[in-house]
Amino acid sequence: MARSVTTRQKVIATIAAWTVGLIIFFPILYTIITSFKTEPEAIAGFSLIPSGTFENYITVQTQRDYIKPFMNSVVLSVGSTILALIIAVPGAWAMAFSPTKRTKDILMWMLSTKMMPAVAVLVPIYLMFRDFGLLDSRIGLTIMLTLINLPIVIWMLYTYFREIPGEILEASRMDGAGLWQEIVYVLTPMAVPGIASTMLLNIILAWNESFWSIRLTTVEAAPLTAFIASFSSPQGLFWAKLSAASTMAIAPILILGWFSQKQLVRGLTFGAVK
Amino acid sequence: MGSITLKNVSKVFGEAKVIPSVDLEIKDGEFVVFVGPSGSGKSTLLRLIAGLEDVSGGQILINGKDYTNNAPADRGLAMVFQSYALYPHMSVRKNIAFPLKMAKLDQSVIDKKVGDAARILNLTDYLERRPSQLSGGQRQRVAIGRAIVREPSAFLFDEPLSNLDAALRGSMRLEITDLHHQLKTTMVYVTHDQIEAMTMADKIVVLNRGNIEQVGSPMELYKTPRNIFVAGFIGSPRMNLLDGAYAKSKGAHTVGIRPEHVTLSKESGLWKATVSVAEHLGADTFLHLNVDGIGPMTARAGGEFGATYGDTVYVTPDDSKMHRFDDKGLAIASPLTGA
Repeated sequence: MARSVTTRQKVIATIAAWTVGLIIFFPILYTIITSFKTEPEAIAGFSLIPSGTFENYITVQTQRDYIKPFMNSVVLSVGSTILALIIAVPGAWAMAFSPTKRTKDILMWMLSTKMMPAVAVLVPIYLMFRDFGLLDSRIGLTIMLTLINLPIVIWMLYTYFREIPGEILEASRMDGAGLWQEIVYVLTPMAVPGIASTMLLNIILAWNESFWSIRLTTVEAAPLTAFIASFSSPQGLFWAKLSAASTMAIAPILILGWFSQKQLVRGLTFGAVK
Repeated sequence: MGSITLKNVSKVFGEAKVIPSVDLEIKDGEFVVFVGPSGSGKSTLLRLIAGLEDVSGGQILINGKDYTNNAPADRGLAMVFQSYALYPHMSVRKNIAFPLKMAKLDQSVIDKKVGDAARILNLTDYLERRPSQLSGGQRQRVAIGRAIVREPSAFLFDEPLSNLDAALRGSMRLEITDLHHQLKTTMVYVTHDQIEAMTMADKIVVLNRGNIEQVGSPMELYKTPRNIFVAGFIGSPRMNLLDGAYAKSKGAHTVGIRPEHVTLSKESGLWKATVSVAEHLGADTFLHLNVDGIGPMTARAGGEFGATYGDTVYVTPDDSKMHRFDDKGLAIASPLTGA
């Protein structure tokens, strides 16, 4: 028998859900509100009603170029994601379909690199970047972002690939498909939803990454995260402008996330439900 | 052409000897059924023939040529899987065409072969659908279609009907048998269902723990099971196996009496029995009896034999159709020719 839900229970649950949702969303909302305040208003204290000025956006765009860090963010997040997928798809494929005794260990080893605080390797990596001339270069940061997200990408893809029934691959083998044809005609089309949500998640992670982006770039390769940080500058803290810059920085990824939320949710819960 | 020969084939998974050693000859055009309980190694044996598993020892010859170490695709065999294993992202047409596409045939040839297969299997109206839009029976037909178009030297079926409901299973059984008559291609069919084995096979291979217990036609296995395992496995309802004094009196350790080989009467007979369950199937009635001094026993009566729980009936076994087994479980003498 289906559990009956009264109207009252529904109302309570709805209010609770909206409350939790608002609490989670509030920092972003407040950033957006603050971005429409004047600088004195922003410092003045808590207020949900801005004066509605666009001054900050104009200042942010005229004082510093928004387009350049935006393009850097696009190149870095998309580039590092593509690079990560090129490495991770064959890797996860091999581990999912021809596992050995060591497969689980390798997966754990890869994940363990994420357990270390990034700052622990800041100095050696900074020095390596300096010596190889990779500081403030898109290539350098792309490689960095690829490497830090690679474990997660491999784990996600591995989980997806494990969901593909082995009998279908055996059928393709019986049907005369070689390894390459098996990957192109059977495995990849079936893995596309999984690869797509992995890709989306990785773009978001790379877009929002700030630790390495801020430390390894200055001007040329600086993405939007570094752009935001630059507003807490030596000349003083400009909260309203900082908020305007943040809003412009997160808007693209928020819109992307909004349009692909169905895909993302499916991706994150894949394997939990059949 | 499609003869398959297994010579001393064995398979070991880690410590477990799944198949100790099997020799088997499958003739061209034969419909061979591997039957056995779960864990008997029947699916493993099929997968060894298919090349999806590597043998641990022995040889697999197809049409007299050694294919022991060849890839599955090179063996010229087609397989139908239990889960159908259709490509979910392809239409029915593309599913059936896939092996032909892999063989790099011309599109016109592919279209013709797919069309022919679809006609044989009544799939013509469904060619543009995805597998998810088909019923279980239709999916299974697509899987068979994908196997047919390759014109393989033999078909391998791995429990293809076990995901279907009972009615559909019955009609697909007929379709596959009919297909065998049309194509006259060797078919190797794995099932745990002895009714499928009895109704479809030219030759049944009874497997138990990786060993072949007996090979023979359905009626050979029914009439002259080589041991207690085969006797108990073939036939439905199961053969009654009786130990003790009665068996001794017949010069055996165990005697086997099929439920259909007894005479039932309400007045008189050799044994007096009480009905514990009566299953009325219409044409037949299966009586589960408690026989005085013997124990539980199943008997088949005609559909008109009205008996219900608690009734007393008399049972007389047909001595001429009795099976006798020694203390090792081996048949003592052919019951129909002897005794």
